Order: sequence, then C-alpha cells, then structure tokens
Amino acid sequence: MLQFLVRRLIGACVIIFLIGAFTFFLFYTIPQDFAELSCGRNCTPQNIEVIRENLGLDKPITSQFWEFMAGIVNGRDFSQGHCSAPCLGVSFDTGEFVWDSILDRFPLTLSLTLGGLVIFLFLGLGSGLLAAWKRGTVVDKAVSGASIVLSSFQIYFLGPIVLGIFVYQSGIMDNPRYEPFTENPIAWMVGMIIPWCVMATIFTAQYTRMARSTMIEQLQEEHVRTARAKGMKQRYVFFRYAWRGSLIPIVTILGVDLSALLSGAVVTEFTFDLAGIGRLAVDSSLTKDLPVTMGVMLFGAFFILILNIVVDLAYAYIDPRVRLS
Amino acid sequence: MTTSTRTEGTPAPTGPESFFSVRDLRVRFSTEDGIVKAVDGLSFDVERGRTLGIVGESGSGKSVTNLTVLGLHNPKTTTVDGEIVLDGKELVTATEKELEKLRGNKVAMIFQDPLTALSPYYTVGRQIAEPYMKHTGASKKEARARAIEMLTKVGIPQPRSRVDDYPHQFSGGMRQRAMIAMALVCDPDLLIADEPTTALDVTVQAQILDLLKDLQQEFGSAIVFITHDLGVISDMADDLLVMYAGRAVERGSAAEVLRSPRHPYTWGLLSSMPRLGGSLDQPLSPIPGSPPSMLTPPSGCPFHPRCAFSGEVGGDRCATVRPPLGEGRAAACHLTAQQKQTIFIDKIQPRLR
Repeated sequence: MLQFLVRRLIGACVIIFLIGAFTFFLFYTIPQDFAELSCGRNCTPQNIEVIRENLGLDKPITSQFWEFMAGIVNGRDFSQGHCSAPCLGVSFDTGEFVWDSILDRFPLTLSLTLGGLVIFLFLGLGSGLLAAWKRGTVVDKAVSGASIVLSSFQIYFLGPIVLGIFVYQSGIMDNPRYEPFTENPIAWMVGMIIPWCVMATIFTAQYTRMARSTMIEQLQEEHVRTARAKGMKQRYVFFRYAWRGSLIPIVTILGVDLSALLSGAVVTEFTFDLAGIGRLAVDSSLTKDLPVTMGVMLFGAFFILILNIVVDLAYAYIDPRVRLS
Repeated sequence: MTTSTRTEGTPAPTGPESFFSVRDLRVRFSTEDGIVKAVDGLSFDVERGRTLGIVGESGSGKSVTNLTVLGLHNPKTTTVDGEIVLDGKELVTATEKELEKLRGNKVAMIFQDPLTALSPYYTVGRQIAEPYMKHTGASKKEARARAIEMLTKVGIPQPRSRVDDYPHQFSGGMRQRAMIAMALVCDPDLLIADEPTTALDVTVQAQILDLLKDLQQEFGSAIVFITHDLGVISDMADDLLVMYAGRAVERGSAAEVLRSPRHPYTWGLLSSMPRLGGSLDQPLSPIPGSPPSMLTPPSGCPFHPRCAFSGEVGGDRCATVRPPLGEGRAAACHLTAQQKQTIFIDKIQPRLR
C-alpha cells in the first residue's frame, strides 16, 4: 500500500515534469518574441532589452527551462522580488506571479466544484438508484426521460434562463458572485447557489443515467441472484451486493469529472461571469500570456494525477481483487 | 388453502404426502418476440433423503423450474401456473416475504459457476455467515464460528484463516465447496443443485459429488440435481426425470431409466455419450437436429421432428397428439410398450455397449 503510494507519487512527479517540458518547449516553437509580448503598449527598444534580461530570455533555452523547473521546487528571484516555491513564473500581462493569480482564483473554482459535486452526487445517484429499483415503472420512465432531456441541455443555455427568471425578472436572487466562505458562509452559499444548481443539473442527469444502467447491469449478476437465493432482503441485496459493483464505474467517471472541474469550469464561469481558474486559463490564452497558460495547465495536470491515484486507491478499497502492489 | 386445492387436484403419483412436489408447473416468459413456454406442464416429487436427477439439453427448462421454486424469476415478465408444494406449503402463491424466509433456510441452491455466483466483494466467511444470521438470528460471532464449522465440514483446509479469504483467493473446487457450505449452513430440507460440477474438472467433480452424498446422509435433505451429464447422474440420483422442451418425457428410478430407457429422446441422450469401453472407430451418434424454439414449440410430441421412430407410430399422431406421461415409471411416447422394447433391444442397446 505504502509502496504503491510512493511509486505512484514518484510517477506523478515524472509526468508533471514531462508535461512541463513539453509545454515549455512547445511555446518556444511559437515565432514570437516574448519580450515584445510582455512589453505591452508604449514599448521602446530599451524596455524590450530590460524585459529580455529580466525574463532571462537572453540565456539559452535549456538553461531557461532549468530555471523554470528549479523555480517550481525552490522559488526564484525576479526584479519584482522573490517568487517563492512553487514558482510558475511571472505573468506577461499583469506582472503578477502566476502562482499567486492561481491561488487567487482557486477558492472560487473549489467552491464551485464542491458545491456542485454535493448536489449532483446526491441527486444523480439517488434518482439513478430509484429508477433502477423501480425499473420498468412510471417512476423509472419519468426519471429516465427527464435525465435524457436534461443531459442534452447545456450550461450556457440553462444558465441565462435561470438568471432571467430568478434575477432579472423576479429579483428574488442577486447575480451570482463569489464571497469567501471564511468571511461569510451565508453570502458564499447565496452567491453560488445558481451556478451550483445549473451546473449540477447537467451532471445530475448524467449520473442518474449512469447509476441506473450500472445498477441494472449489476442486478443481473449471478452473485446478486445467489444473495437473493440465500434469503437476503431485496433492499439488502440491492445496496450491499449490486451497489458495491456499481461503484467502480461511477468512481472512475467521478475522478475524470472532478479533475476537469478543478482545473476550471470554463463554461460555467463565463456563463455566470465568475473569475475562476477556467477564466484565467482562457484569458491568458487570448492575451498570449504564456506563463499563466502554462501554469494553469500544470495545475490542472496535478489534479488529474492526484485524482487518478485517489481513484486507484478507491478501486482497491471497493474491490478486493484489485491488489495494490 | 393450498392443501385443499392440492387434494382436489390431480393425485400425486407417489402418494399425497410427498415432501416436495411440483404439479403441472407452467412457466411462461413474455419477451419481445412473443411468449416463451419455458416449462409446460411439469410434475415431479422428491422425498426426504432422496435425490432426483433432472437431465436434458440446454434450454429444456431444467434451471427455470428450479429458479421458480425459489421465486427467483422476474415477476414482471414471468407467469407461473401450477403448484409447487414444499412440506405442505404452497410456493407459487407465496409472498416475497414468505419466500425470503424459505430461501437459504429450508430450501438452498447451489449454482453452476462458483466464480460468478459468489460475490467478489465480500469474504467467503461473511457470505456463509449472512444467511445463518438472517435465518437463525445468530450473532456475528456465532455466525463466524458456524462458517468455520461449515468450511471444515466441506473439507476446506485451514478453515480458520480461509474464512477471511475472498472467493478469488480460492481455487475452483474450493469455491464450489464454499458454495455448498453456504447452501447447507442452515441445514436445508431441500437442496437444489443446478449443474454444480459442470464448471469443475473431473477429479474435483468426483470429490464434490462424494461430498454432496456424504452431506445428504448426514442431514437427510432431499436433493434436486440438475445436470446434462448422464455420467454424473448415474452416480448421484435415486430417481430420474428426463426433460425435453419444458416437459418431462421420461420418469423412473435412475437405474431403470439408464438401464432400459423407453423414450426415443433418452435413447438419443444415452447413445450420444462416449463410452470408455467402446471401440475407437465407433462414431458417436448425436441426436439429429437441434432443440426446438420455445417460442413456437412443435405440435404434438415436441420431439417428433427429431425422432427417428415417429414413422412407426402410424398416422400423424406424433405431430398432432401430445403423448401423456403416465404415473410412476413412464415415458411420454406414442410407441407401444412392445414397440419400445423391440426398438431398444434391436437398435439402441447394441450402440450402448
């Protein structure tokens, strides 16, 4: 178990390094002068020279790469001051440290993800289980039908409708906005409730369908029949035997969805005009703010890798046939 | 209520006091293609301490019959008519709750493939202990002790440590032993074994059969033993029921049916079996054709399209009239007893040597 963790974490570090290297060198294939990009308006040749030196662009690419990588581990010094580890460089656009901008945006992304997660897991898995339990009845048909309709909706479609009804027409709610949880939990919740619900609607529909279909599959397994042949109650068989087997595909998809959400829910953030990681990524890409783009990408890769390890641990916990060695 | 309908109905062939009796059982599934008559008028009896073997090809309704006994069919798509009486209790009309109390307790089932029939997610010990706790109200500790006792009984080495293993840590034969332990944990009066040795290799098969026989002697349970392996059945069964297309076509003691079979289908089954003593160049003689579709079963005798002797009956009785299965030792065939004997002695017996 410990050996598994250590091996996987080392593996994750290697992958992060490779992704870093890949993106770093990819950027240098772009035929543009970073000093010019970073200079902005009122650019004089002298300015460009200063910037070039500041960014270390006058050094060979390999040593630039090394400095970037070493900066992630040890921190780096720039003309703005010391950029402490993990240092992902300086934004061309704002001159801020990339890591600081990410940390600035991350609470919103985390709030959005966790709130939505609670709603869609609860509703999605709940209604999926209900539909599987009541398979073939009106309840099942209603739930399945609704989930197909809802999963074909899009956040940018549903979002404005919900905003229109609750904010612009009736004025029951204010426009969504982010208040730090630590300062005012109530305002945090009120501000996020519309984005949570809209985002969760689409996910709920997907998880309903998935939970229903995997449960129905599991209920036809022979070992589930054996459990019934032993005289175990139907509800017990449903939750202890069939549900246990359904967890594997659900956890797999959940890992993928979570890492995507944590590296930025772009559509949701744009729909509700929220400034999270997703927005940071898109903005940086539009302004060719390469250090930020790269930082956000590495940040996302980090979540994907961590959640991968977590999912593998979950597999081993759920299914004793999976051995961690 | 159930006992009164039973006395009014057809008299049982072996007396009304049978421990487990099935009367005129009909099971139909509605599918998208139409109605499948999986079991069509089946009757049999089993006494305590006796073993009834049920043989037949795949799809002849053997397994369906026994899933129906425990109410494990899908109630939405299946209709069940007839009577299933266990120790005076009618099971076809029993509620789910009543059945739950019987399953694993009074009636237990052993399935064909122990790898898929045991849950991969729980320890063997837990899976054995579960029904014991449910049916006897035993505590976790008592149930665990009982599980260890059962594992010992079915011959699992080091049961104290193996009880905490998962099924995938067991070999095929050990898994089937664990499954038998699970089935017998509440001392069932009726044990339904649905091809319990089919997934095992021959040496393990023999061990499992011996085990079942020993346990039957110890517990005095009735056993319904479903198989398509005639070699196994001669070893296990006291009585034999040959099924074809959802019906019983021949019935009798195992020794009688195997020594002097009376139904052309049974002849076919026996002739298609390879013999150790047979000469090498003697070809196997499979039954021509394939089992009928249960959506549109053949008219009359369901075996007539594949039967080599339907010509000897005369007229088209085989295609129009369904031959009844008599009481006791009987075969559902239009051939006269005289014809059957002549054909068997002249044409079939030489092939079986």
